[in-house]
Amino acid sequence: MKICVLVKEVPDAAVEKRMDQGSKRLDRSGETTLNQFDTHAIEAAMQIREGGKADVEEIVAVTMAPADAGRTLNKAVALGADRSVHLTDESLAGSDVCATGYALAKVLESESPDLVLLGQQSADGECYTIGAVVADHLKMPSLTQVIKLDVEGAGLRCERQAEYGYDTVDVELPAVISVGDAINEPRYPSLKAIMGAKKKQRDTKGTGDVGIEADRVGAEGSRTQVLAINPPAEKAAGEIIEDEDTNETVERILAWLDERKLIG
Amino acid sequence: MSILVYALHYEGEFNKNSLGAVSEGAKLAKELGGEAAAVVVGGDDLTDELCASLGGYGASKVYRVKGPEGLAQPVVDAMAKVIADEGFKYALFGGGLLGFEIGAGLTARLNAGVTMEVTAVKVQDGGLVAERPILQDSAIVDVGYVGEPGIIIGRLNAFDATESGDGAAEVVDVDVQLEDHSTKAVMVTRGEQRGADVNIEDADILVAGGRGLGKAEGFDLCESLAEALGGAVAATRAVVDAGWYPYAAQIGQTGKTVAPKLYLAAGISGAIQHKVGMQSAENIVAINKDANAPIFEFSDLGIVGDLNKILPKLTDAVKAKKG
Repeated sequence: MKICVLVKEVPDAAVEKRMDQGSKRLDRSGETTLNQFDTHAIEAAMQIREGGKADVEEIVAVTMAPADAGRTLNKAVALGADRSVHLTDESLAGSDVCATGYALAKVLESESPDLVLLGQQSADGECYTIGAVVADHLKMPSLTQVIKLDVEGAGLRCERQAEYGYDTVDVELPAVISVGDAINEPRYPSLKAIMGAKKKQRDTKGTGDVGIEADRVGAEGSRTQVLAINPPAEKAAGEIIEDEDTNETVERILAWLDERKLIG
Repeated sequence: MSILVYALHYEGEFNKNSLGAVSEGAKLAKELGGEAAAVVVGGDDLTDELCASLGGYGASKVYRVKGPEGLAQPVVDAMAKVIADEGFKYALFGGGLLGFEIGAGLTARLNAGVTMEVTAVKVQDGGLVAERPILQDSAIVDVGYVGEPGIIIGRLNAFDATESGDGAAEVVDVDVQLEDHSTKAVMVTRGEQRGADVNIEDADILVAGGRGLGKAEGFDLCESLAEALGGAVAATRAVVDAGWYPYAAQIGQTGKTVAPKLYLAAGISGAIQHKVGMQSAENIVAINKDANAPIFEFSDLGIVGDLNKILPKLTDAVKAKKG
Protein backbone atom coordinates (compact mmCIF):
# COMPACT_ATOMS: atom_id res chain seq x y z
CA MET A 1 0.00 0.00 0.00
CA LYS A 2 1.21 3.46 -0.84
CA ILE A 3 -0.11 6.29 1.33
CA CYS A 4 0.09 9.95 0.37
CA VAL A 5 -0.46 12.44 3.17
CA LEU A 6 -1.50 15.94 2.12
CA VAL A 7 0.13 18.53 4.35
CA LYS A 8 -0.15 22.29 4.48
CA GLU A 9 2.15 25.06 5.56
CA VAL A 10 0.32 27.54 7.80
CA PRO A 11 1.29 30.63 9.80
CA ASP A 12 2.74 29.71 13.19
CA ALA A 13 0.22 29.88 16.05
CA ALA A 14 2.17 32.76 17.58
CA VAL A 15 1.82 34.87 14.43
CA GLU A 16 -1.21 37.14 14.37
CA LYS A 17 -3.01 36.12 11.19
CA ARG A 18 -4.30 38.96 9.06
CA MET A 19 -5.61 39.60 5.59
CA ASP A 20 -3.69 41.81 3.19
CA GLN A 21 -6.16 44.45 2.03
CA GLY A 22 -4.30 44.97 -1.24
CA SER A 23 -4.08 41.40 -2.55
CA LYS A 24 -7.14 40.29 -0.49
CA ARG A 25 -5.13 37.20 0.49
CA LEU A 26 -3.83 35.93 3.80
CA ASP A 27 -0.61 37.66 4.76
CA ARG A 28 1.87 34.76 4.72
CA SER A 29 4.92 36.66 5.91
CA GLY A 30 6.24 35.63 9.32
CA GLU A 31 6.99 32.23 10.83
CA THR A 32 5.28 29.21 9.30
CA THR A 33 4.78 25.68 10.47
CA LEU A 34 3.17 22.35 9.56
CA ASN A 35 -0.62 22.45 9.99
CA GLN A 36 -1.28 20.76 13.34
CA PHE A 37 -4.30 18.84 11.96
CA ASP A 38 -2.07 17.20 9.34
CA THR A 39 0.21 15.71 12.01
CA HIS A 40 -2.75 13.48 12.93
CA ALA A 41 -2.93 12.29 9.31
CA ILE A 42 0.79 11.39 9.29
CA GLU A 43 0.34 9.58 12.61
CA ALA A 44 -2.64 7.68 11.16
CA ALA A 45 -0.45 6.56 8.25
CA MET A 46 2.26 5.43 10.69
CA GLN A 47 -0.27 3.46 12.72
CA ILE A 48 -1.53 1.67 9.59
CA ARG A 49 2.09 0.78 8.77
CA GLU A 50 2.79 -0.43 12.31
CA GLY A 51 -0.60 -2.15 12.71
CA GLY A 52 0.47 -5.09 10.57
CA LYS A 53 -2.86 -5.47 8.73
CA ALA A 54 -1.56 -3.78 5.59
CA ASP A 55 1.85 -3.77 4.01
CA VAL A 56 2.68 -0.08 3.68
CA GLU A 57 5.54 0.29 1.22
CA GLU A 58 5.69 4.01 1.28
CA ILE A 59 4.35 7.11 3.04
CA VAL A 60 4.75 10.26 0.95
CA ALA A 61 4.09 13.78 2.25
CA VAL A 62 2.61 15.96 -0.50
CA THR A 63 2.20 19.71 -0.37
CA MET A 64 1.37 22.66 -2.56
CA ALA A 65 3.20 25.66 -1.15
CA PRO A 66 5.55 28.54 -1.94
CA ALA A 67 9.17 27.66 -2.74
CA ASP A 68 10.45 28.03 0.82
CA ALA A 69 8.25 25.32 2.39
CA GLY A 70 11.22 23.04 3.08
CA ARG A 71 10.93 23.27 6.84
CA THR A 72 7.29 22.18 6.78
CA LEU A 73 8.10 19.18 4.59
CA ASN A 74 11.07 18.26 6.79
CA LYS A 75 8.77 18.26 9.78
CA ALA A 76 6.31 15.97 7.95
CA VAL A 77 9.16 13.63 7.07
CA ALA A 78 10.51 13.70 10.64
CA LEU A 79 7.06 12.59 11.83
CA GLY A 80 7.20 9.51 9.62
CA ALA A 81 6.95 10.16 5.88
CA ASP A 82 9.58 8.39 3.75
CA ARG A 83 9.89 11.19 1.23
CA SER A 84 8.09 14.33 0.13
CA VAL A 85 6.67 15.95 -2.98
CA HIS A 86 6.54 19.73 -3.22
CA LEU A 87 4.28 21.24 -5.84
CA THR A 88 5.37 24.82 -6.25
CA ASP A 89 4.83 27.34 -8.98
CA GLU A 90 4.24 31.05 -8.91
CA SER A 91 1.18 30.56 -11.09
CA LEU A 92 -0.52 28.71 -8.21
CA ALA A 93 -0.57 31.74 -5.90
CA GLY A 94 -4.08 32.96 -5.11
CA SER A 95 -5.78 29.63 -5.93
CA ASP A 96 -9.16 29.19 -4.24
CA VAL A 97 -10.55 25.88 -2.92
CA CYS A 98 -11.68 24.77 -6.40
CA ALA A 99 -8.29 25.51 -8.00
CA THR A 100 -6.25 24.16 -5.07
CA GLY A 101 -8.20 20.90 -4.99
CA TYR A 102 -7.68 20.46 -8.72
CA ALA A 103 -3.93 21.12 -8.50
CA LEU A 104 -3.51 18.75 -5.54
CA ALA A 105 -5.49 16.06 -7.37
CA LYS A 106 -3.14 16.37 -10.36
CA VAL A 107 0.00 15.97 -8.26
CA LEU A 108 -1.56 13.04 -6.37
CA GLU A 109 -2.51 11.41 -9.68
CA SER A 110 1.17 11.36 -10.61
CA GLU A 111 1.87 9.36 -7.43
CA SER A 112 -0.98 6.79 -7.83
CA PRO A 113 -1.61 6.31 -4.10
CA ASP A 114 -3.81 3.59 -2.61
CA LEU A 115 -4.80 5.93 0.20
CA VAL A 116 -4.74 9.70 0.58
CA LEU A 117 -4.88 11.03 4.14
CA LEU A 118 -5.15 14.63 5.30
CA GLY A 119 -6.14 16.65 8.37
CA GLN A 120 -9.79 17.68 8.55
CA GLN A 121 -9.03 21.39 8.35
CA SER A 122 -6.19 23.84 8.06
CA ALA A 123 -5.45 26.18 10.92
CA ASP A 124 -5.54 29.19 8.59
CA GLY A 125 -8.24 28.64 5.95
CA GLU A 126 -10.47 26.27 7.98
CA CYS A 127 -12.34 25.13 4.89
CA TYR A 128 -12.80 21.42 5.80
CA THR A 129 -13.37 20.71 2.12
CA ILE A 130 -10.12 19.91 0.28
CA GLY A 131 -10.38 16.14 0.88
CA ALA A 132 -13.79 15.89 -0.79
CA VAL A 133 -12.69 18.11 -3.71
CA VAL A 134 -9.60 16.00 -4.34
CA ALA A 135 -11.61 12.76 -4.06
CA ASP A 136 -14.09 13.77 -6.75
CA HIS A 137 -11.26 14.62 -9.16
CA LEU A 138 -9.54 11.31 -8.43
CA LYS A 139 -12.87 9.41 -8.60
CA MET A 140 -12.21 7.83 -5.22
CA PRO A 141 -14.62 7.24 -2.34
CA SER A 142 -14.12 9.72 0.48
CA LEU A 143 -15.03 10.54 4.04
CA THR A 144 -14.03 13.56 6.10
CA GLN A 145 -13.57 14.07 9.85
CA VAL A 146 -12.86 10.38 10.53
CA ILE A 147 -11.93 9.61 14.14
CA LYS A 148 -11.29 5.85 13.89
CA LEU A 149 -9.68 4.07 10.99
CA ASP A 150 -9.04 0.32 10.72
CA VAL A 151 -7.79 -1.77 7.83
CA GLU A 152 -10.41 -4.46 7.15
CA GLY A 153 -9.57 -6.87 4.35
CA ALA A 154 -8.92 -4.84 1.22
CA GLY A 155 -10.64 -1.71 2.54
CA LEU A 156 -11.05 0.53 5.56
CA ARG A 157 -13.61 0.67 8.32
CA CYS A 158 -14.10 4.27 9.37
CA GLU A 159 -15.99 5.95 12.18
CA ARG A 160 -17.00 9.55 12.45
CA GLN A 161 -19.53 11.82 14.05
CA ALA A 162 -22.16 13.11 11.64
CA GLU A 163 -25.47 14.95 11.99
CA TYR A 164 -27.32 12.26 13.91
CA GLY A 165 -24.64 10.48 15.94
CA TYR A 166 -21.72 8.23 15.12
CA ASP A 167 -21.58 6.57 11.69
CA THR A 168 -19.52 3.52 10.78
CA VAL A 169 -18.69 3.35 7.07
CA ASP A 170 -16.76 0.76 5.05
CA VAL A 171 -14.68 2.32 2.31
CA GLU A 172 -12.97 0.54 -0.58
CA LEU A 173 -9.44 1.51 -1.60
CA PRO A 174 -8.14 3.63 -3.18
CA ALA A 175 -9.78 6.32 -1.06
CA VAL A 176 -9.35 9.83 0.34
CA ILE A 177 -9.86 10.20 4.09
CA SER A 178 -9.62 13.34 6.20
CA VAL A 179 -9.04 12.69 9.88
CA GLY A 180 -10.19 14.56 12.97
CA ASP A 181 -7.78 15.37 15.78
CA ALA A 182 -9.47 12.85 18.10
CA ILE A 183 -8.12 9.98 15.95
CA ASN A 184 -4.72 9.79 17.66
CA GLU A 185 -1.99 11.55 19.60
CA PRO A 186 0.82 12.31 17.15
CA ARG A 187 4.19 11.15 18.41
CA TYR A 188 7.12 13.48 18.95
CA PRO A 189 9.79 12.96 16.33
CA SER A 190 13.09 11.57 17.63
CA LEU A 191 16.21 13.70 17.32
CA LYS A 192 17.49 11.14 14.83
CA ALA A 193 14.35 11.52 12.69
CA ILE A 194 14.66 15.30 12.77
CA MET A 195 18.32 15.16 11.74
CA GLY A 196 17.60 12.55 9.08
CA ALA A 197 14.67 14.38 7.52
CA LYS A 198 16.82 16.71 5.45
CA LYS A 199 18.48 13.75 3.77
CA LYS A 200 15.23 12.14 2.61
CA GLN A 201 14.24 12.50 -1.01
CA ARG A 202 12.23 15.58 -1.92
CA ASP A 203 10.79 15.98 -5.41
CA THR A 204 9.98 19.51 -6.42
CA LYS A 205 7.41 19.75 -9.18
CA GLY A 206 5.98 22.58 -11.24
CA THR A 207 2.52 22.72 -12.74
CA GLY A 208 3.82 21.49 -16.12
CA ASP A 209 5.34 18.36 -14.54
CA VAL A 210 1.95 17.05 -13.43
CA GLY A 211 -0.22 18.26 -16.30
CA ILE A 212 -1.97 21.12 -14.51
CA GLU A 213 -3.85 23.31 -16.98
CA ALA A 214 -2.66 26.86 -16.39
CA ASP A 215 -6.10 28.43 -16.79
CA ARG A 216 -7.56 26.40 -13.91
CA VAL A 217 -5.24 27.61 -11.14
CA GLY A 218 -4.05 30.78 -9.47
CA ALA A 219 -6.17 33.86 -8.95
CA GLU A 220 -7.07 33.87 -12.66
CA GLY A 221 -8.27 30.28 -12.65
CA SER A 222 -10.22 30.60 -9.41
CA ARG A 223 -14.01 30.55 -9.42
CA THR A 224 -14.46 32.78 -6.40
CA GLN A 225 -13.36 36.34 -5.83
CA VAL A 226 -12.87 38.13 -2.55
CA LEU A 227 -14.75 41.38 -3.13
CA ALA A 228 -14.24 42.98 0.25
CA ILE A 229 -12.81 42.37 3.70
CA ASN A 230 -14.87 43.87 6.52
CA PRO A 231 -14.52 43.99 10.29
CA PRO A 232 -17.07 41.90 12.24
CA ALA A 233 -19.91 43.57 14.12
CA GLU A 234 -18.59 45.13 17.33
CA LYS A 235 -19.38 43.18 20.46
CA ALA A 236 -18.80 44.80 23.82
CA ALA A 237 -15.74 43.25 25.41
CA GLY A 238 -16.52 41.06 28.41
CA GLU A 239 -15.13 41.57 31.87
CA ILE A 240 -11.92 39.63 32.59
CA ILE A 241 -10.76 38.40 35.98
CA GLU A 242 -7.17 37.17 36.40
CA ASP A 243 -7.34 34.59 39.15
CA GLU A 244 -4.75 35.49 41.78
CA ASP A 245 -6.67 34.92 44.99
CA THR A 246 -9.21 32.19 44.26
CA ASN A 247 -11.48 33.08 47.20
CA GLU A 248 -11.74 36.62 45.92
CA THR A 249 -12.25 35.40 42.33
CA VAL A 250 -15.10 33.15 43.42
CA GLU A 251 -16.72 36.01 45.32
CA ARG A 252 -16.59 38.16 42.21
CA ILE A 253 -18.09 35.41 40.02
CA LEU A 254 -20.84 34.87 42.57
CA ALA A 255 -21.65 38.59 42.70
CA TRP A 256 -21.72 38.74 38.89
CA LEU A 257 -24.12 35.77 38.69
CA ASP A 258 -26.25 37.13 41.52
CA GLU A 259 -26.56 40.53 39.85
CA ARG A 260 -28.05 38.77 36.83
CA LYS A 261 -30.34 36.67 39.02
CA LEU A 262 -28.72 33.45 37.86
CA ILE A 263 -28.53 31.92 41.31
CA GLY A 264 -32.07 30.94 42.13
CA MET B 1 -34.58 28.10 -11.90
CA SER B 2 -31.99 29.89 -9.86
CA ILE B 3 -31.11 28.11 -6.62
CA LEU B 4 -30.85 24.39 -5.87
CA VAL B 5 -30.83 23.41 -2.19
CA TYR B 6 -29.89 20.06 -0.69
CA ALA B 7 -32.36 18.92 1.98
CA LEU B 8 -31.02 16.30 4.39
CA HIS B 9 -33.53 14.03 6.11
CA TYR B 10 -33.33 11.29 8.72
CA GLU B 11 -36.05 8.93 9.90
CA GLY B 12 -38.82 10.76 8.08
CA GLU B 13 -37.90 14.31 9.10
CA PHE B 14 -35.94 17.07 7.45
CA ASN B 15 -32.91 18.52 9.19
CA LYS B 16 -33.50 21.93 10.76
CA ASN B 17 -30.48 23.45 9.01
CA SER B 18 -31.69 22.10 5.68
CA LEU B 19 -35.10 23.70 6.19
CA GLY B 20 -33.23 26.92 6.96
CA ALA B 21 -31.34 26.58 3.68
CA VAL B 22 -34.59 25.99 1.75
CA SER B 23 -36.11 29.13 3.31
CA GLU B 24 -32.99 31.17 2.56
CA GLY B 25 -32.80 29.79 -0.98
CA ALA B 26 -36.45 30.68 -1.65
CA LYS B 27 -35.96 34.21 -0.29
CA LEU B 28 -32.82 34.81 -2.38
CA ALA B 29 -34.33 33.26 -5.51
CA LYS B 30 -37.26 35.65 -5.26
CA GLU B 31 -34.84 38.59 -5.07
CA LEU B 32 -33.04 37.24 -8.14
CA GLY B 33 -36.36 36.88 -9.92
CA GLY B 34 -36.27 33.10 -9.99
CA GLU B 35 -37.32 30.07 -8.00
CA ALA B 36 -35.69 27.67 -5.57
CA ALA B 37 -35.87 23.90 -5.79
CA ALA B 38 -34.63 21.15 -3.50
CA VAL B 39 -32.90 17.81 -4.00
CA VAL B 40 -33.56 14.88 -1.69
CA VAL B 41 -31.76 11.54 -1.83
CA GLY B 42 -32.88 8.43 0.01
CA GLY B 43 -35.20 5.45 0.16
CA ASP B 44 -38.89 4.81 0.67
CA ASP B 45 -39.23 7.14 3.64
CA LEU B 46 -39.10 10.02 1.15
CA THR B 47 -42.87 9.97 0.66
CA ASP B 48 -44.70 12.33 -1.69
CA GLU B 49 -46.10 14.09 1.35
CA LEU B 50 -42.73 14.57 3.06
CA CYS B 51 -41.08 15.86 -0.12
CA ALA B 52 -43.97 18.17 -0.98
CA SER B 53 -43.79 19.68 2.52
CA LEU B 54 -40.64 21.57 1.46
CA GLY B 55 -43.04 23.78 -0.48
CA GLY B 56 -44.08 25.17 2.87
CA TYR B 57 -40.57 26.61 3.21
CA GLY B 58 -40.62 28.09 -0.28
CA ALA B 59 -39.30 25.35 -2.60
CA SER B 60 -41.28 25.24 -5.83
CA LYS B 61 -39.99 21.84 -6.92
CA VAL B 62 -38.43 18.86 -5.19
CA TYR B 63 -36.22 16.48 -7.15
CA ARG B 64 -36.38 13.05 -5.52
CA VAL B 65 -33.52 10.65 -6.19
CA LYS B 66 -33.25 7.03 -5.00
CA GLY B 67 -29.91 6.45 -3.35
CA PRO B 68 -28.04 5.56 -0.19
CA GLU B 69 -28.53 7.88 2.80
CA GLY B 70 -25.99 9.59 5.00
CA LEU B 71 -23.20 9.66 2.41
CA ALA B 72 -22.15 12.64 0.35
CA GLN B 73 -20.95 11.29 -2.97
CA PRO B 74 -24.29 9.89 -4.21
CA VAL B 75 -25.79 13.35 -3.55
CA VAL B 76 -23.01 14.96 -5.59
CA ASP B 77 -24.05 12.72 -8.52
CA ALA B 78 -27.71 13.63 -8.01
CA MET B 79 -27.14 17.38 -7.80
CA ALA B 80 -24.70 17.39 -10.74
CA LYS B 81 -27.36 15.71 -12.87
CA VAL B 82 -30.17 18.04 -11.82
CA ILE B 83 -27.95 21.08 -12.40
CA ALA B 84 -26.90 19.77 -15.83
CA ASP B 85 -30.49 18.98 -16.86
CA GLU B 86 -32.28 22.00 -15.43
CA GLY B 87 -29.62 24.68 -15.12
CA PHE B 88 -29.16 26.36 -11.76
CA LYS B 89 -27.11 29.43 -10.95
CA TYR B 90 -26.37 28.46 -7.33
CA ALA B 91 -26.29 25.43 -5.04
CA LEU B 92 -27.00 26.10 -1.36
CA PHE B 93 -26.40 24.00 1.78
CA GLY B 94 -27.32 24.49 5.44
CA GLY B 95 -24.71 23.89 8.14
CA GLY B 96 -23.54 20.39 8.93
CA LEU B 97 -21.04 17.77 7.87
CA LEU B 98 -22.72 16.38 4.75
CA GLY B 99 -23.32 19.81 3.20
CA PHE B 100 -19.58 20.52 3.37
CA GLU B 101 -18.75 17.23 1.67
CA ILE B 102 -21.41 17.48 -1.02
CA GLY B 103 -20.61 21.12 -1.79
CA ALA B 104 -16.91 20.26 -2.04
CA GLY B 105 -17.59 17.33 -4.37
CA LEU B 106 -19.75 19.53 -6.61
CA THR B 107 -16.99 22.12 -6.72
CA ALA B 108 -14.68 19.56 -8.31
CA ARG B 109 -17.32 18.02 -10.56
CA LEU B 110 -18.54 21.33 -12.01
CA ASN B 111 -15.33 23.38 -11.69
CA ALA B 112 -17.38 25.75 -9.57
CA GLY B 113 -16.51 28.28 -6.91
CA VAL B 114 -17.32 27.40 -3.30
CA THR B 115 -17.60 29.37 -0.06
CA MET B 116 -18.08 27.62 3.27
CA GLU B 117 -19.00 28.67 6.82
CA VAL B 118 -21.19 31.34 5.25
CA THR B 119 -23.19 33.38 7.77
CA ALA B 120 -25.19 35.57 5.36
CA VAL B 121 -25.92 35.85 1.65
CA LYS B 122 -26.87 39.03 -0.17
CA VAL B 123 -27.92 39.97 -3.69
CA GLN B 124 -25.48 42.34 -5.36
CA ASP B 125 -25.37 43.34 -9.04
CA GLY B 126 -27.83 40.61 -9.96
CA GLY B 127 -25.79 37.83 -8.35
CA LEU B 128 -25.22 36.36 -4.90
CA VAL B 129 -22.42 37.40 -2.60
CA ALA B 130 -21.58 35.19 0.37
CA GLU B 131 -20.36 36.62 3.67
CA ARG B 132 -17.82 34.41 5.34
CA PRO B 133 -16.14 35.10 8.70
CA ILE B 134 -12.46 34.14 8.66
CA LEU B 135 -9.49 33.97 11.02
CA GLN B 136 -11.48 33.15 14.16
CA ASP B 137 -14.23 35.58 13.14
CA SER B 138 -11.82 38.52 13.23
CA ALA B 139 -12.81 39.58 9.71
CA ILE B 140 -15.65 38.91 7.29
CA VAL B 141 -14.96 38.50 3.59
CA ASP B 142 -17.52 39.13 0.85
CA VAL B 143 -17.12 36.40 -1.75
CA GLY B 144 -18.47 36.64 -5.28
CA TYR B 145 -18.54 33.96 -7.96
CA VAL B 146 -16.99 33.63 -11.40
CA GLY B 147 -19.09 31.50 -13.72
CA GLU B 148 -21.93 29.17 -12.74
CA PRO B 149 -22.94 27.58 -10.55
CA GLY B 150 -21.74 29.20 -7.33
CA ILE B 151 -21.73 26.93 -4.30
CA ILE B 152 -22.66 28.29 -0.88
CA ILE B 153 -22.26 26.21 2.28
CA GLY B 154 -23.83 27.80 5.35
CA ARG B 155 -22.48 27.80 8.85
CA LEU B 156 -24.55 25.91 11.42
CA ASN B 157 -27.71 27.88 12.27
CA ALA B 158 -26.88 30.63 9.76
CA PHE B 159 -30.25 30.34 8.05
CA ASP B 160 -33.56 30.28 9.91
CA ALA B 161 -36.31 27.92 8.82
CA THR B 162 -39.36 30.07 8.16
CA GLU B 163 -42.65 28.81 6.85
CA SER B 164 -43.43 30.72 3.68
CA GLY B 165 -47.11 30.00 3.56
CA ASP B 166 -46.72 28.49 0.11
CA GLY B 167 -48.47 25.25 -0.77
CA ALA B 168 -47.05 21.84 -1.57
CA ALA B 169 -44.02 21.62 -3.85
CA GLU B 170 -44.15 19.64 -7.07
CA VAL B 171 -42.30 16.35 -6.59
CA VAL B 172 -40.27 15.12 -9.56
CA ASP B 173 -38.54 11.72 -9.59
CA VAL B 174 -35.11 11.74 -11.19
CA ASP B 175 -33.13 8.65 -12.17
CA VAL B 176 -29.46 9.08 -11.42
CA GLN B 177 -26.79 6.62 -12.44
CA LEU B 178 -24.30 6.74 -9.57
CA GLU B 179 -20.62 7.09 -10.39
CA ASP B 180 -18.54 4.01 -9.58
CA HIS B 181 -16.69 5.71 -6.76
CA SER B 182 -19.96 6.84 -5.18
CA THR B 183 -20.86 3.21 -4.49
CA LYS B 184 -17.57 2.34 -2.81
CA ALA B 185 -18.41 3.76 0.60
CA VAL B 186 -21.10 1.77 2.38
CA MET B 187 -22.87 2.73 5.59
CA VAL B 188 -22.55 -0.01 8.21
CA THR B 189 -24.32 1.73 11.12
CA ARG B 190 -25.71 5.25 11.18
CA GLY B 191 -26.58 7.61 13.99
CA GLU B 192 -25.19 5.56 16.86
CA GLN B 193 -25.77 7.36 20.18
CA ARG B 194 -22.78 6.92 22.44
CA GLY B 195 -23.18 7.33 26.17
CA ALA B 196 -26.22 8.19 28.24
CA ASP B 197 -29.19 10.04 26.80
CA VAL B 198 -29.10 13.40 28.58
CA ASN B 199 -31.22 16.47 27.93
CA ILE B 200 -29.32 19.74 27.64
CA GLU B 201 -31.66 21.65 25.36
CA ASP B 202 -34.24 22.48 28.01
CA ALA B 203 -31.78 23.56 30.73
CA ASP B 204 -31.66 27.23 31.76
CA ILE B 205 -28.15 26.77 33.07
CA LEU B 206 -25.40 24.73 31.43
CA VAL B 207 -21.95 23.99 32.77
CA ALA B 208 -19.89 22.84 29.80
CA GLY B 209 -16.54 21.07 29.88
CA GLY B 210 -13.78 20.80 27.30
CA ARG B 211 -10.33 19.34 26.89
CA GLY B 212 -8.99 21.68 29.57
CA LEU B 213 -10.64 19.42 32.17
CA GLY B 214 -7.63 17.17 31.56
CA LYS B 215 -9.40 13.83 31.92
CA ALA B 216 -12.84 12.24 31.91
CA GLU B 217 -12.99 12.52 35.73
CA GLY B 218 -12.71 16.29 35.34
CA PHE B 219 -16.41 16.27 34.49
CA ASP B 220 -17.11 15.50 38.17
CA LEU B 221 -16.27 19.15 38.85
CA CYS B 222 -18.76 20.30 36.19
CA GLU B 223 -21.46 17.97 37.49
CA SER B 224 -21.09 19.23 41.05
CA LEU B 225 -21.33 22.86 39.97
CA ALA B 226 -24.27 22.13 37.65
CA GLU B 227 -26.07 20.39 40.49
CA ALA B 228 -25.49 23.33 42.82
CA LEU B 229 -26.74 25.79 40.19
CA GLY B 230 -29.67 23.61 39.21
CA GLY B 231 -28.44 23.10 35.66
CA ALA B 232 -27.16 20.39 33.33
CA VAL B 233 -23.74 19.49 31.93
CA ALA B 234 -22.69 19.92 28.30
CA ALA B 235 -19.48 19.02 26.45
CA THR B 236 -17.35 19.90 23.44
CA ARG B 237 -16.88 17.61 20.48
CA ALA B 238 -13.24 16.91 21.35
CA VAL B 239 -14.10 15.35 24.71
CA VAL B 240 -17.12 13.49 23.32
CA ASP B 241 -14.98 11.99 20.55
CA ALA B 242 -12.46 11.06 23.25
CA GLY B 243 -15.21 9.20 25.11
CA TRP B 244 -15.18 11.42 28.24
CA TYR B 245 -18.84 12.41 28.01
CA PRO B 246 -22.04 11.31 26.19
CA TYR B 247 -22.72 12.44 22.63
CA ALA B 248 -26.18 13.65 23.67
CA ALA B 249 -24.48 16.41 25.72
CA GLN B 250 -22.43 17.76 22.82
CA ILE B 251 -22.67 21.36 21.69
CA GLY B 252 -21.84 22.57 18.17
CA GLN B 253 -21.45 21.52 14.56
CA THR B 254 -22.69 17.94 14.72
CA GLY B 255 -24.25 18.24 18.17
CA LYS B 256 -26.85 20.42 19.83
CA THR B 257 -27.56 24.11 19.60
CA VAL B 258 -28.49 25.72 22.90
CA ALA B 259 -29.48 29.16 24.18
CA PRO B 260 -29.59 28.91 28.00
CA LYS B 261 -29.71 31.83 30.45
CA LEU B 262 -26.23 30.93 31.66
CA TYR B 263 -23.52 29.03 29.84
CA LEU B 264 -20.45 28.42 31.97
CA ALA B 265 -17.58 27.05 29.89
CA ALA B 266 -14.78 25.29 31.78
CA GLY B 267 -11.59 24.42 29.94
CA ILE B 268 -13.08 25.21 26.53
CA SER B 269 -10.91 27.11 24.05
CA GLY B 270 -13.87 28.35 22.02
CA ALA B 271 -13.36 26.98 18.51
CA ILE B 272 -15.85 28.23 15.92
CA GLN B 273 -17.45 24.79 15.70
CA HIS B 274 -18.35 25.08 19.38
CA LYS B 275 -19.25 28.75 19.30
CA VAL B 276 -21.96 28.26 16.67
CA GLY B 277 -23.81 25.94 19.04
CA MET B 278 -23.90 28.25 22.08
CA GLN B 279 -23.37 31.87 21.07
CA SER B 280 -27.03 32.69 21.62
CA ALA B 281 -26.71 32.03 25.36
CA GLU B 282 -27.80 35.09 27.36
CA ASN B 283 -24.78 35.07 29.66
CA ILE B 284 -21.49 33.39 28.84
CA VAL B 285 -18.91 32.79 31.56
CA ALA B 286 -15.59 31.19 30.61
CA ILE B 287 -12.86 29.75 32.80
CA ASN B 288 -9.62 28.93 31.01
CA LYS B 289 -5.97 28.99 32.00
CA ASP B 290 -4.92 30.33 28.59
CA ALA B 291 -5.48 34.10 28.50
CA ASN B 292 -5.36 33.96 24.68
CA ALA B 293 -8.18 31.39 24.35
CA PRO B 294 -10.66 32.57 21.68
CA ILE B 295 -13.57 32.01 24.07
CA PHE B 296 -12.61 35.19 25.93
CA GLU B 297 -13.45 37.10 22.74
CA PHE B 298 -17.12 36.29 23.12
CA SER B 299 -17.65 35.67 26.83
CA ASP B 300 -19.37 38.20 29.07
CA LEU B 301 -17.25 37.21 32.05
CA GLY B 302 -13.87 35.58 31.54
CA ILE B 303 -11.75 34.08 34.29
CA VAL B 304 -8.12 33.35 33.51
CA GLY B 305 -7.16 30.67 35.97
CA ASP B 306 -7.01 27.01 36.97
CA LEU B 307 -10.47 25.44 36.83
CA ASN B 308 -9.36 22.74 39.27
CA LYS B 309 -8.98 25.43 41.92
CA ILE B 310 -11.92 27.60 40.94
CA LEU B 311 -14.74 25.13 40.24
CA PRO B 312 -14.81 23.37 43.65
CA LYS B 313 -14.76 26.67 45.54
CA LEU B 314 -17.41 28.14 43.26
CA THR B 315 -19.59 25.07 43.83
CA ASP B 316 -19.27 25.45 47.59
CA ALA B 317 -19.99 29.17 47.40
CA VAL B 318 -23.13 28.63 45.29
CA LYS B 319 -24.35 25.97 47.74
CA ALA B 320 -23.70 28.26 50.69
CA LYS B 321 -25.48 31.15 49.01
CA LYS B 322 -28.51 29.01 48.25
CA GLY B 323 -28.45 27.75 51.83
